[in-house]
Amino acid sequence: MTTTQEAVPGGGPKRSATRRRRPLTFDRVSFMVVFLGLPLVVFVVFVVSPFVQALYYSLTDWSGFSAGQNFVGFDNYVRLFHDDIFLKAVRNNIELAIVVPIVTIVLALTLATLVTIGGSGTGTVRGLRNSGFYRIVSFFPYVIPAIVIGLIWAQVFTPGSGILDAVLSKIGLHQFENYAWLGDARTAMPASMFVMIWGFVGFYMVLFIAAIRGIDPEVFEAARIDGAGRFRTAISITVPLIRDNVQTAYIYLGIAALDAFVYMQALNPGGGPQNSTLVMPQQLFTTAFTKGQFGYSTAMGVVLAAVTMLFALLVFVVNALTGGRERKVRR
Amino acid sequence: MTTTTADRADLVADSRAPGTGSREGRGVATTAHIALILWSLLVILPLLWTLVSSFKSTQEVLGNPLTLPHKLRFENYANAWTTAGIGRYFANTVIVVGSALVLVMILGAMCAYVLARFTFPGNRLIYYSMLAGLTFPVFLAIVPLFFVLKNLSLLNTLPGLIITYVAFALPFTVFFLHSFFKALPGEVYEAAQIDGAGEWRTFFSVMLPMARPGMASVAIFNFLGLWNQFLLPVALNTDSKNYVLSQGMASFASQAGYAVDFGALFAAVVITVAPVLVVYIIFQRQLQVSVTAGGVK
Repeated sequence: MTTTQEAVPGGGPKRSATRRRRPLTFDRVSFMVVFLGLPLVVFVVFVVSPFVQALYYSLTDWSGFSAGQNFVGFDNYVRLFHDDIFLKAVRNNIELAIVVPIVTIVLALTLATLVTIGGSGTGTVRGLRNSGFYRIVSFFPYVIPAIVIGLIWAQVFTPGSGILDAVLSKIGLHQFENYAWLGDARTAMPASMFVMIWGFVGFYMVLFIAAIRGIDPEVFEAARIDGAGRFRTAISITVPLIRDNVQTAYIYLGIAALDAFVYMQALNPGGGPQNSTLVMPQQLFTTAFTKGQFGYSTAMGVVLAAVTMLFALLVFVVNALTGGRERKVRR
Repeated sequence: MTTTTADRADLVADSRAPGTGSREGRGVATTAHIALILWSLLVILPLLWTLVSSFKSTQEVLGNPLTLPHKLRFENYANAWTTAGIGRYFANTVIVVGSALVLVMILGAMCAYVLARFTFPGNRLIYYSMLAGLTFPVFLAIVPLFFVLKNLSLLNTLPGLIITYVAFALPFTVFFLHSFFKALPGEVYEAAQIDGAGEWRTFFSVMLPMARPGMASVAIFNFLGLWNQFLLPVALNTDSKNYVLSQGMASFASQAGYAVDFGALFAAVVITVAPVLVVYIIFQRQLQVSVTAGGVK
């Protein structure tokens, strides 16, 4: 966008006939050095080198303030597997990575299906009329910073002054009149999950709408002629045909759920009642920047990365084992 | 999602299934509308409540949440902007996100172009290490990154934050633009070369303009991603003068627990959300097209 000078489509009208054979001219060398070198330096210094250093630091007892650091092998990792608080955080992250993607995808798919094939009409399958409004509104959360989403919902959940308890007691559920959703170990996690799902659904709904619109309408036509109802069409046709999109969505959502740092910092910065909403990144952050245990915290980072990779691998394997046949239809 | 795979043979076999379909069509549409309206309400109501609360006094906020404010307290916005420092954070964010966005688009386009259209040893290696940089969690890098910036005396400075934003947005930008540059016709490049344009000129006058749709999509993605960035500033930019909006909001909210100016807190939320939301509503069609183009890939 920004840097484009005037477009000269096709290279401009001037014709100088000499044909270049790509010798190593100054133009060419300087071009390669700047175009490849500059981005690579930034990438290597600020992305690659920290990742590589992290692997090494995770094997040391570095505390950042002490002058030296001792190589301690896998001690940090051994310690991690006896660290009850960290293990609790791992469990919470795994719970998040299971629940949040599934609920988000089911909700997003349902809403997308309603928009695309919920229309009234006989014969052909038709999209819902005036559905543009829903699409626009559902997408709102995607353009709101995650930290703000968390802060808004933290206020909504606040007992007494939050709108949720007020509405619930208004409609007769008086037991919720002063209920602390985020302060009770039983509801803190589900409430936090809900906030994340609220933030994600609209984006994936729009994504799935596009995917469903990309399916050949003849397929729906054929199903309809064969007497398949809408529900049946959605389950037997739509879902298998956009399976790849669902897999991608599951991986993205899972990675987001294994992070969850922003949401949890906004909703319950301290990890929630009895650490019920504590996640690995929060624990890593406090261990590193509050306690200064850099070696130990990078070991947490390695575990987090490993869990993330495992998760992505698992999704691929499960998808490959349970399906793949749909490719024949898709082509 | 699980086991139902339909191929054409299945469909044909289904033809004897009892027809449901058309008669209840209108009923289905009504149900669909109701479900979608419910979800829309669930999205809008918290935002609307935030907007209404932003005009309340602190006493009103702590009172019955379902009432309207007695008068519109615009001073909440002034308080948020100046006293709570949101104005300053806003300016910092514009500087950081603006510069990082311009830089990452230039560097990303250059890198993607070279990787997509030139063959040289190490090309694939660079491409795949970019891909790896895209998948590893930033949390793994955050502690060493802290010391990299510290050693370069860039810690707690805006330039340091900008360069870090650029570095971590680079892999996505390159990955996305790579396919765009790859798809450009080779004849155009040849023609430019024949016409005597050097590599520099070919890129800036011919190839880059042709990749404009891709650039627009990536720029939108990067803008939202950088605007939302939270971890990097919280870890690497701890001087409150240099706070960006996201971390400023978080620190304001955690202070509000004690100093309590809830009206201003809600006003700060509105200030943060409103500009992007308005831009989104104006450009929503284009944005959704970009998002789906990026996501389906």
